[in-house]
Amino acid sequence: MTSTTIRPAEPSAGLEERLGRIWETAPGLLGVLGTVDHKTIGKRYLVTAFLFLILGGLEASAMRLQLAGPERHLLGPEQYNQLFTMHGVTMIFLYASPILSGFSNFLWPLLLGSRDMAFPRLNALSYWVFLFAGLFLYSSFLVGQAPDRGWFAYVPLTEGTYAPGLNMDFYALGLILLTVSTTVGAINFIVTAFTMRAPGMSVNRLPIFMWGTLTTSFSVLFALPALTAACVFLYFDRRFGMHFFDPAAGGHPLLWQHLFWIFGHPWVYIIVLPAMGMVSDYLPVFCRRPLVGYTFVALATVSTGILGFGVWAHHMFATGLPPLSTTFFSAASMVITLPSAVAVFAWIATIWYGRPVVRTPFLFAAGFVVLFVIGGVSGVATAAVPFDWQLTDTYFVVAHLHYVLIGINLFAVIGAFYFWLPKMTGRMLSERLGRWNFWVMFVGFNLAFLPMHLTGLMGMPRRIYTYPAGLGWDTLNLITTIGSFVFALGLLLFLVNVWWSRRNGAVAGPNPWDAPTLEWSIPSPPPPYNFTVIPTVESRHPLWEVELGEGARSRLDVGPTLDTGRETLGTSALDAEPEQVLRMPEDSLWPLLLGLSLTVTAYGLLTGAWWMAAAGAALSAVAVTGWLWP
Amino acid sequence: MTLQHAIPMPGMLHPAGPAASPLASLGWVLLAISVVVVLVVSALVLTAALRAGRESTGVRRSGRGLSWIVVGGLVVPTVILTIVFVLTVRTLGAASPPARSAATIQVVGHRWWWEVRYLDSLPADIAVTANELHLPVGQPVRLELSSADVIHSFWVPELAGKTDLIPGQHNVAWLEADHPGVYWGTCGEYCGLEHARMQLTVVAEPPAAFRRWLDRQRQAAAAPSSAAALAGQGLVTEGACALCHTVRGTTAGGRLGPDLTHVGSRRLLAAGAVANSRGGLTAWIADPQGLKPGSAMPAVGLSGPELQAVVAYLETLR
Amino acid sequence: MTAPAIDAPQTLPVELQDRRAPAWWGVVCLIATEAALFAYFLFGYFYLGSIARGAWPPHGPPELRLALPNTLVLLASSGTMWWAESAIRRGNQARLRAGLGLTIALGAVFLGVQMVEYHNSDFGPRTGAYGSLFYTITGFHGAHVAVGLLMLLVVTARAWLGHFAAGRHLAVTNTAWYWHFVDLVWLAVFTSLYLSPRLAG
Repeated sequence: MTSTTIRPAEPSAGLEERLGRIWETAPGLLGVLGTVDHKTIGKRYLVTAFLFLILGGLEASAMRLQLAGPERHLLGPEQYNQLFTMHGVTMIFLYASPILSGFSNFLWPLLLGSRDMAFPRLNALSYWVFLFAGLFLYSSFLVGQAPDRGWFAYVPLTEGTYAPGLNMDFYALGLILLTVSTTVGAINFIVTAFTMRAPGMSVNRLPIFMWGTLTTSFSVLFALPALTAACVFLYFDRRFGMHFFDPAAGGHPLLWQHLFWIFGHPWVYIIVLPAMGMVSDYLPVFCRRPLVGYTFVALATVSTGILGFGVWAHHMFATGLPPLSTTFFSAASMVITLPSAVAVFAWIATIWYGRPVVRTPFLFAAGFVVLFVIGGVSGVATAAVPFDWQLTDTYFVVAHLHYVLIGINLFAVIGAFYFWLPKMTGRMLSERLGRWNFWVMFVGFNLAFLPMHLTGLMGMPRRIYTYPAGLGWDTLNLITTIGSFVFALGLLLFLVNVWWSRRNGAVAGPNPWDAPTLEWSIPSPPPPYNFTVIPTVESRHPLWEVELGEGARSRLDVGPTLDTGRETLGTSALDAEPEQVLRMPEDSLWPLLLGLSLTVTAYGLLTGAWWMAAAGAALSAVAVTGWLWP
Repeated sequence: MTLQHAIPMPGMLHPAGPAASPLASLGWVLLAISVVVVLVVSALVLTAALRAGRESTGVRRSGRGLSWIVVGGLVVPTVILTIVFVLTVRTLGAASPPARSAATIQVVGHRWWWEVRYLDSLPADIAVTANELHLPVGQPVRLELSSADVIHSFWVPELAGKTDLIPGQHNVAWLEADHPGVYWGTCGEYCGLEHARMQLTVVAEPPAAFRRWLDRQRQAAAAPSSAAALAGQGLVTEGACALCHTVRGTTAGGRLGPDLTHVGSRRLLAAGAVANSRGGLTAWIADPQGLKPGSAMPAVGLSGPELQAVVAYLETLR
Repeated sequence: MTAPAIDAPQTLPVELQDRRAPAWWGVVCLIATEAALFAYFLFGYFYLGSIARGAWPPHGPPELRLALPNTLVLLASSGTMWWAESAIRRGNQARLRAGLGLTIALGAVFLGVQMVEYHNSDFGPRTGAYGSLFYTITGFHGAHVAVGLLMLLVVTARAWLGHFAAGRHLAVTNTAWYWHFVDLVWLAVFTSLYLSPRLAG
């Protein structure tokens, strides 16, 4: 066992220069394709996820044009069905989770006072596989066979008999590929959080965003395999004529629904809990006080994650489940709103007992709270089993899911961009344009989705490419369509703001918001090594300690330098006592190669070219071996 | 009758029968609670935010606010949710199927039409129709739901909540209408290309009228009298139609498509896609793929006079 | 808790090789998620079994003739793996290599016997939902065994190259954890598919 002596020191120009050379990304193609810098990987995630958001939004816009009036002929049924399926797949899988991974990736070591993630190359792999899985799914459009059976892909509609093309094979294999990305990403977050925190950062000093992503990372480990199992069964049924879902041979269609929703319900918490965590971290900055009820909110986050595994059958209330079952799941679905209510009132109390300063992130946080509650109450309505028998599969549910997904994820995310993009780029976004951005988005979103509750109550079912005139749905659908384009305009304003700020934004400096956490103690953008010296923390708000005057004294200006190579500090799981020095890998092409070989395997399985699948698997084995070889 | 007049306005909050009214009552309570909660929370957020200062100030902690979390986040929601849950359980009881029913109707889902069979102890008395269901006012009917292909969902919002039609499984539902009327229904589970055009018409009539309707539905097809209708019958029973459709009392015995024995008596055609008029029937037979692309009915390629004859015959099948 | 003393120099180990190593945590997380996968496969098995009309399995429980001894073979391979890891913990290179070799051999025997069992079976993956489940579950397990064998081969190669020593054998430890996990999964699969139909009476 080798040991090393670490000597605390203060930052110096020479130290910074030496660390810069050690940690900078390799030049040229090796650097671009092989970088393991979590900040670069995080930004790639953000950009790619945002591109998928735009694609999903274009799909939705086409749908809304078709539905703006009754009996329109802009889209035929097959086109519409591909669009609504891919809209769901894109938003739920290729935008909502990766955008949060992007923020988590960029911020995790910065929030922790560390130099890198626990597995930098695994981090790169998770991005590459995400990108390739998205491209794999979208390549289906190139052959005119995009998945067209809904993002939830119920059997028997998706079995070979009724879906003979490649559409659903793209779906099954694309999602399995994506689960690889999400799973390794989750492992990275968990292990980093438990082994690489700054000394003194005990678990009760973690930002709520970290509680959110940690909770969802555990959820990922236990929920995603249900999707993998379901997709394996579906692919085997379709490709090899097996009978998992065939009632004539001992199978059952509901097996798919159970497995899918055992995955699917935890997944919807996976795509909102980190966003709620981000708001819990940036809202207090604009209230000039720490979050009210930190412990409550942390516990609420974890309990939501756990309870999320116990409500899945509320997606199946109309399938003929026994009454005892439906009553249980109804109750559980109501109980799960309690931790969310705790969080909502923590946020409100933080504003009330703080001294709010209205900047763009604050607007998004406040709007987020209102939209969260609207989504929450419509959720309670659907949790009541007998009324759900009316509401399920109508536009009421479409309204509910968009309030919770756009309201909780997207609004929180845009606010998070306004808050953290200056840290990433060194430039502030325009505050004036930010206000316009918020209000156009807020008005447009509500104009689009509030009427949808009514449309659903008036009986409009989901997933229909057209509707007859005279049912009273015409005007409501037109309003929704108009609102959706206003909302899209709002998002466009965001993109304009980002573009504008690249050259014209005010220089941010390390801490433009006077925020409390560690990422604001380093330059914007951060140097490749993040921290010149490893900080020691004594509270949740290291940069506010002086003002709060509560006696804590984190040390940000003296600490271990760890500058003999790519090194960072490993600490104990609960109390973050220094335990070991960890050596981090250099840039490497193995993650890209493994990502490519896994994708090759997927294409082989898709087309039935078994030699390709076998070659891809063999290459994957080689890549893993090469990667892990010392 | 145009499509517009044939289809009434649907609405789950305007229930027309005891299987739906408990659900609607619960729904009104939920909506009321929802509106109140949203207004209160929005007011709190707005009020709190309006105390904002123009400039950023120093940071301080007041140590207050936990009571908000306990009261607003735990106590009040618990009370509300307990009430909602109790109401939920009571509604489940109130909407449970009655012990006896006036008729048992088997509904089999197809892509994209509804096969409706009025069961009877005598096989000869089983009435088969499609896309339209009649029931006697004030009496419950029992529905036995299954599917011939993929998952569908039976939904007539004014009369009951949804119940899925799942292959390999037999679900049971019930309907009852308080007043006579025509009620709109639709498939409530995505079932493929023409899920949007899988409507259902439910007609509630006084018990005597219902019995007359059922008796007529049980009978075989009437023999046509006019020359055109006779020619049409020949085309239907000996041509392509008989491969998929049944007309009881003739040799046409196909089982792939809806039973046409009393097609003339139905309000709509093609599961709500087309009005059941001379023009609608003609247009549907001439170009089914144009009106409902992807449906199983092919264009059978009849000439003008042949089409007229077939339509004349089908119109007699009341 | 007291703040760690950062004003004075501190001597820390570099890259711990025990359960404080990030790589070990990573393998544990991997095991957790793979275990969940098998749990969901078995959920499918028990769910369809619970709603089956008629007998489940449809043609009687699968034979124990090959599967029971094969289970013992796999258990023995866990034993040899444990032995190999204990050996390198004490720095014994020869026993490490022997143990690894034995484990690979036993693992290969397990897979071979499973192939024979498949060949002799009177039902296939297309013989109803039961057949589909049986072959998918045991097949995925076999694939995990195969991956484990690949890991063992790599570790064996590294052992012959002298990469490991007492206190420096994290790859062996992690491979051992994975191998024991594969064994435990087999016990769950064996109990569910082979034993539980017999216990139900």
